[in-house]
Amino acid sequence: MSAPAEPGAAGTGTARRRRAPEGPRSRVPAAALNAVSLAAGVGVWAALAGAGVQGLPGPVEVAQRGWELGADGTLVQDALASLRRVFVGFALGTALAVPVGFLMGWYGTARGLLEPWVQFFRTIPPLAIIPLAIVLLGIGETPKLVVIGLGAFLSCVISTFQGVIGVDSTLINAARVLGANDRVIFARVVVPASSPFIIVGMRVGLGSAWATLVAAELIAAQEGLGFRMQHAQIYYDLPTIFVGLITIGVLGLLMDRLLLAAERRLTGWQDRR
Amino acid sequence: MNKIEFRGVGKVYPLGADTVTALSAVDLGLADGEFVTVVGPSGCGKSTLLGIAAGLVEPSSGSVTVDGGPVTGPGPDRGVIFQQYALFPWLTVRGNVEFGLKVAGMGRAERRARAERYIGLVGLTDFADALPKTLSGGMRQRCAIARAYAADPRVLLMDEPFGALDALTRVRMQDQLLDTWSRERRTVLFITHDVDEAVYLGNRVVVMAAGPGRVQEVIDVDLPYPRTEQTRLSPEFAALRNRVWRAVYHQPPAKEG
Ligand SMILES: Nc1ncnc2c1ncn2[C@@H]1O[C@H](COP(=O)(O)OP(=O)(O)OP(=O)(O)O)[C@@H](O)[C@H]1O
Ligand SMILES: [Mg+2]
Repeated sequence: MSAPAEPGAAGTGTARRRRAPEGPRSRVPAAALNAVSLAAGVGVWAALAGAGVQGLPGPVEVAQRGWELGADGTLVQDALASLRRVFVGFALGTALAVPVGFLMGWYGTARGLLEPWVQFFRTIPPLAIIPLAIVLLGIGETPKLVVIGLGAFLSCVISTFQGVIGVDSTLINAARVLGANDRVIFARVVVPASSPFIIVGMRVGLGSAWATLVAAELIAAQEGLGFRMQHAQIYYDLPTIFVGLITIGVLGLLMDRLLLAAERRLTGWQDRR
Repeated sequence: MNKIEFRGVGKVYPLGADTVTALSAVDLGLADGEFVTVVGPSGCGKSTLLGIAAGLVEPSSGSVTVDGGPVTGPGPDRGVIFQQYALFPWLTVRGNVEFGLKVAGMGRAERRARAERYIGLVGLTDFADALPKTLSGGMRQRCAIARAYAADPRVLLMDEPFGALDALTRVRMQDQLLDTWSRERRTVLFITHDVDEAVYLGNRVVVMAAGPGRVQEVIDVDLPYPRTEQTRLSPEFAALRNRVWRAVYHQPPAKEG
């Protein structure tokens, strides 16, 4: 039985053995290209704001607001509150997803029992769970963490599951003919072979955790980047919204880079460019 | 007593509502220390036969015994070398070679020494700490051979191990294999689709036929070991090669059913 293709997890492609065609490699280092591209983006933004696009604050204005929010401590406080939620939700979600994904991939019974639920909940956007979470869990931290964790769990569980069922059967046979029993095969073959998928799942899960954050902070939060933006929206305070957006983007990117670095270390054995 | 004995071995795979007879009534015995090669057209059940001896495939009928005991599953007494190398890509050459020893519970120092020895035997000493992705096809295959040898199996089952190699590497690997085999005599069942290779390596060549998969003919190769380039160029070799070629490529049409 094969699960339907998971666009998020499979499409990320880092777990694939696919080789990119050997195209002409640029002589300009990638970092320089990135910097040029960023500068150009900010330039376009400044130009659009300068041309008087309705209500669009320019980079300078946003930087000023960022400085203000940073100076009075609001930004740090909000960022820490959001980071804590993302981190705790993500950690809970993935900590549950990895064993569940393994169970589903390894035992037909577990797959039969769990798969309908995972597939069902996967079709519901985590945001749609918010009303339910409020009614059942109140307006404290718990419903926010549950909603963020659920998003991370669902992305990660599917990826782990696919990693496990995709383990090359010749590798399992190779271990068996060397005398390995099921327990050894699981620990020494299945776990390492599916680790690239698990890490991809974690990266997708992290993205999903950030995506859910702002909505989760709609649940009567007193602080947090999502809350701050929500609050600013009421006063048409566009610079603050921009500061919030950029902060979320930068933090998300940093966390993703951390996972990417972990991925490089843990799955560097993969044959890819 | 034969080292490996196939008795009336048959294998039927389900194919949709229908079935495919991959093997039908195969009788074959391999003496201790014998090198037996198997050739035959694609789909005639060579891999199935090897899988049954390895204990990875269960026969539908008949039985296989190793040293008189029935095969009930895979075991470290029978080393298998797969066509796709099947190295663990997250382990170094050394890690791969040590895998079976670790599973067997061998102590660290002994494991090290043993792996060292077999890595040296296949000429990979300088690459002991390299990951498989950095090795060439021939080096991967040698690593797979070292891994199988290190577990010290009494029987080696090899499924087209040199199939993916270029002609030059292939010849070198064949000589290396014969060299190791003559030093540490094991019973070898070697599958290939290359008639030259079958004759060059084997004590006997088993020619199989398809539809249903069966043993067509067993040809004795009475060329002395060690075999060298001289052997390859000898008229005796050419004669045997022609005989095997005819047996493989001019098979009587398959009987229906
Ligand atoms: N797992 C399987 N399920 C169903 N049919 C199978 C399976 N494995 C092999 N077969 C069938 O059994 C027959 C023999 O297959 P086998 O792989 O043993 O052939 P082979 O001689 O090794 O071929 P090749 O030289 O191409 O490797 C084929 O017709 C194949 O379709
Ligand atoms: Mg085959």
